[in-house]
Amino acid sequence: MTTPTTSLPVYDSARRPPRPIEELQQVFRYRFLILQLLRRDVLTRYKRSVLGIAWTFLNPLGTMLVMTVAFSQVFGSMPGYPAYILSGLMAWTFFAQSTTAAIVNLVWGGGLLHRIYIPRTSFALAAIGTALVNLSLAVLPILVVMLVVGVPVSWTVIFLPVPMLLLALFSLGVGLLLSSFAVYFPDVSEMYQIILSAWMYLTPIFYSEEILPALYRPLITGLNPLYGFIRLYRLPLYYGQIPTWGDIWPSLLIAVVTVTVGWIFFSLKADEMAYRI
Amino acid sequence: MEPLIQLEHVSVHYRAPSERVATFKEYAIRRLQGKIKHREFLALKDVNLTINQGEVFGLIGHNGAGKSTLLKVVSRVLLPTTGRVVIRGRVAPLLEVGAGFHPELTGHENIFLNGAILGFTRTQMENKFQSILDFSELGEFIDAPMRTYSSGMWARLGFAVATDERPDILIVDEVLAVGDEAFQRKCFARINRFREEGTTILLVAHNMELIQQMCQRAAWLHHGELKSLGEPDEVIQAYRQAQ
Repeated sequence: MTTPTTSLPVYDSARRPPRPIEELQQVFRYRFLILQLLRRDVLTRYKRSVLGIAWTFLNPLGTMLVMTVAFSQVFGSMPGYPAYILSGLMAWTFFAQSTTAAIVNLVWGGGLLHRIYIPRTSFALAAIGTALVNLSLAVLPILVVMLVVGVPVSWTVIFLPVPMLLLALFSLGVGLLLSSFAVYFPDVSEMYQIILSAWMYLTPIFYSEEILPALYRPLITGLNPLYGFIRLYRLPLYYGQIPTWGDIWPSLLIAVVTVTVGWIFFSLKADEMAYRI
Repeated sequence: MEPLIQLEHVSVHYRAPSERVATFKEYAIRRLQGKIKHREFLALKDVNLTINQGEVFGLIGHNGAGKSTLLKVVSRVLLPTTGRVVIRGRVAPLLEVGAGFHPELTGHENIFLNGAILGFTRTQMENKFQSILDFSELGEFIDAPMRTYSSGMWARLGFAVATDERPDILIVDEVLAVGDEAFQRKCFARINRFREEGTTILLVAHNMELIQQMCQRAAWLHHGELKSLGEPDEVIQAYRQAQ
């Protein structure tokens, strides 16, 4: 009746694989959990609101309207200005939402981590997944807006999954790094909101980088990693062009380095976090 | 036969700053001034403990004596600061009522969410769904959001999910107060069945009679130290004399 003890899985705190690898193995084992957390976040976010899931569309549309009204006199000379804003805004919203959620989920949802073992990266992964679902849903209203304002919808939109994946990796890395700090310093999440709003103005979302004085332009295009990602969204969507390898590789490099550093840093700190959360 | 739970020289060392330093700036300034003081707190001190298959093991001690910390070490939530832990088999903690449930989701959806938290896959949960539903006695309520449930219904569903499959190690961190008396009997019957089939049960309780009735061995933790280990009667006696 009883299972022979030799056939049972063994956990030995003295013989664990390197943490970043162990975390990967556990994430694979707990993949159903990450899917369930994602599902929970998507389903419950708007569950009690009257308009429900429609908010996923209405949110970016509303922000786009505000920006169009606010900035069209200044920057609105480009064709299909609302579509220009939306194509950048969708990438920005994804980044801001998913990284914020990664921090909040870990710091406030940590109660579960006190009681039962689950991979510590589950919350950040679910946050990225949730934002990806929202982002995919947001593509549809953008296409509608493009048709309305007369920007041609090109077949190149099928290229969109590439920047989506790259930005997801980058956001995961940033989210993991920030949440490792936020566990120790709760102020991080407040500070991050301020940084985000400054960062948004430093990113060509509602203006084009061409209006920047030539002297400062390299600061934005060269130092702001989000510039490259947003460009990768705009090229196939707004400009109807397939990005060249030259457009892709800097963002690819940034994404891979950030997610690797974030993953290693977070999983090395994860054992200590349980003492803090 | 190898023991299911082995703790070798396990210490858990909380090192909290004596004042909450909540900003980078403050931290950096104090660090430079050498003013970061830490309050050292040993939640567990050099604990050695071996628990075998099929044993029902009781833990007693004051609040803050380290019982919950020990359970966290066993359930892999906390890595000991020093020492070694070896655990064989699947550990199932009986979660506090409601942890892991979302009130806006239906009972049905929560069964899958909670099962995933316990480490099961989709296929496993699909196979277990019917027996969980039957045990919880929720009937057609299963498709209503859990915020409409009574506290008894929450507890029943939680217990049903956590114990649907026999774990190798079951952790019970509070007296089982699950629903009405009839349901409690059902829970105890299930736990007894697990014990007969070889599950190791780690029980924390303030109720000494429960420890005497259920456990073969017990341990008394006092300020993180293992003061006494052995027959429940002896351990309880030692604990009471010290008061």
